[in-house]
Amino acid sequence: MRKAQASWEKRVLKSLNSMSSELGVPLARMRPAAEQKEITNKWNEMGTDEPDLSRFRPVYAPKDFLEVLISLQNPNYDSSEAVSSRSHWGLIHSPLNVRDIPQLRRSFSELNLTTGQLGIDDHAHIHPDLFESDYVQIGKKVVEDQDSAAAQQYSRRGCPTGLRADLWALILNSTNQPQDVMHYEQLKAGVIQHDLLVDKLIYKDVKLTASNDDYYFVFEDFLYQVLLCFSRDTAVLEHFKYNSATPPKAYVQGKVDDEECAVVYPPNGVIPFHGFSMYVAPLCYLYNEPSKLYSVFREMYIRFFFRLHSISSSPSGIVSLCLQFERLIQTHLPQLFYHLRQIGAQPLRIAFKWMVRAFSGYLSTDQLLLLWDRILGYDSLEIVAVLAAAVFAFRAENLMEVTSLASAEAVLADLSTLKVIPLIQIFLFATAI
Amino acid sequence: MSGRCDQQRALTCTVKPALYLNMGERPCDAAQSGVCVVDVTLPFGKTADIEEITFQNDYTASVTVRLLRRRPGHEAPAQWCTALRDLSLMDNPHSEGGSQDYYSIHRSQMRAEPDDVASVRLILKQPSSAWLSFSLKNIEMFPHTEPEPEKEVCDWLSDLTLDDHLTQPQDVPDPHTVSSSLQQMWALTEVMQSDQTTASVGRFDVDGCYDVDLISLT
Repeated sequence: MRKAQASWEKRVLKSLNSMSSELGVPLARMRPAAEQKEITNKWNEMGTDEPDLSRFRPVYAPKDFLEVLISLQNPNYDSSEAVSSRSHWGLIHSPLNVRDIPQLRRSFSELNLTTGQLGIDDHAHIHPDLFESDYVQIGKKVVEDQDSAAAQQYSRRGCPTGLRADLWALILNSTNQPQDVMHYEQLKAGVIQHDLLVDKLIYKDVKLTASNDDYYFVFEDFLYQVLLCFSRDTAVLEHFKYNSATPPKAYVQGKVDDEECAVVYPPNGVIPFHGFSMYVAPLCYLYNEPSKLYSVFREMYIRFFFRLHSISSSPSGIVSLCLQFERLIQTHLPQLFYHLRQIGAQPLRIAFKWMVRAFSGYLSTDQLLLLWDRILGYDSLEIVAVLAAAVFAFRAENLMEVTSLASAEAVLADLSTLKVIPLIQIFLFATAI
Repeated sequence: MSGRCDQQRALTCTVKPALYLNMGERPCDAAQSGVCVVDVTLPFGKTADIEEITFQNDYTASVTVRLLRRRPGHEAPAQWCTALRDLSLMDNPHSEGGSQDYYSIHRSQMRAEPDDVASVRLILKQPSSAWLSFSLKNIEMFPHTEPEPEKEVCDWLSDLTLDDHLTQPQDVPDPHTVSSSLQQMWALTEVMQSDQTTASVGRFDVDGCYDVDLISLT
């Protein structure tokens, strides 16, 4: 897996290098003074800028990454048998240990049918005294006590909208002290001083994804402010200690052998891909102060989101999530899986883009935030794979009738009306096994 | 129990090539049984006391350790005994967990004392048919050394007695107040030393310059 990650990184970096040389744009340069002044003046309205980005294209898209994951093969794995107890119907061939429904039931026990949940029991026609008012009271107490562990446990059943911002900040240990604000200002100074090619990629990504989304286009300026600063944050380099990826290395002014001139490019070591800005967009609903928004996003990235685009054997890593998704469908919806495979519509090809973005941009925002509550509460991304399988289970009848990949994608194109928690609950706790 | 210090060298021993056991009468028909035996022998005639056996797993599900012990000076022939039976290395033999991890078996985990050992036999088992091959890599054994005896405090030091009848010179400050204020100062310096932040400054450029043209691919 390390080898696969290393070769994937090399491909990405080669592509970035060639983009830089083809377009004649340096990877990084100091901005001239006039430009620095301009950026400072336009800091709060960078969305109004319309630079010519037509020549830029994203370095890679999720489907390219999926091809790499599909090609992951363990040389010691015996895949010669045509028929075996492990099904070869799926796309992922890495034999990682993933949990099945009985084990998931035990670990996601707070989501079971007999426990009150936000997302189900706060529905308009249920009297608030039955569950919601008490639950909100408990939430207020947790925020008052500033208890991080309690906040995490509380989040498993959902966070009330009014308390979510504080609860998430508690769970992520993200503060907004003067030193955090100062750190953000320092990053902003980094943006003003130096211009990176990665900035253009970020611009392009925001224009292509968040700006076109009905729910997130209003936050375009925030997204630039957060993502451009994120690229300059060397504190993010700490997460490479537990990430299978390696930050790209470059040499300043072409001095290739001079170790003193070795730097990381971009400074945070993370090259954004198509859809990256969607990791930040939902958070804009919770925080309106850029430094606080930035702090929460950075924590979420270094705890969870990095696992969605790097190859590792972690149970929350994207390879395990894909395998878990495929196994869940094969085990509990075998007819559906077989049918889709026959028509050339492998379920993972449709669900992959949902999982890589943790469903951001596919669900409506309130539902997405309820899902991310559980990700924080359980400190694991497995719930994303469970939801993906639950969506297929929900639309199974329609999917059994389709006859091509295009129509299967059409059936699953619009997830914005889905209610996430009932789907997960039914799939985990009401499926006969 | 003395820990293994880094300077301790592994015992020189020969690791024989792994012998896979097959079922079936003729070699070409043989089916893999999922059992493999690795012998690790010390040079002929030598025995050793083992502190620890370390290795890197290569898709083995469980390992059994057997020791051939030869008591020095005794006439009886060397005897095999089982030191550790079926230590699980992979939680789920069909999946990757633990398949490439580093392991160490300490003498305290063994049910027989690994003293005067002439040879160690590792029986590897991999019941899953998912893997083409399985073995252990980098097998090393470390000798047991007796811990050094506690250094005895010199006799004459313990003979010193506290003299309570020292007369205080009049113009010297009270030793207790002096020592307590000294201790306070020392505590302050300790706090200052430990409080130095290790947070990085966060600069990503080299002397103000961050002109990058090419990412290094090596």
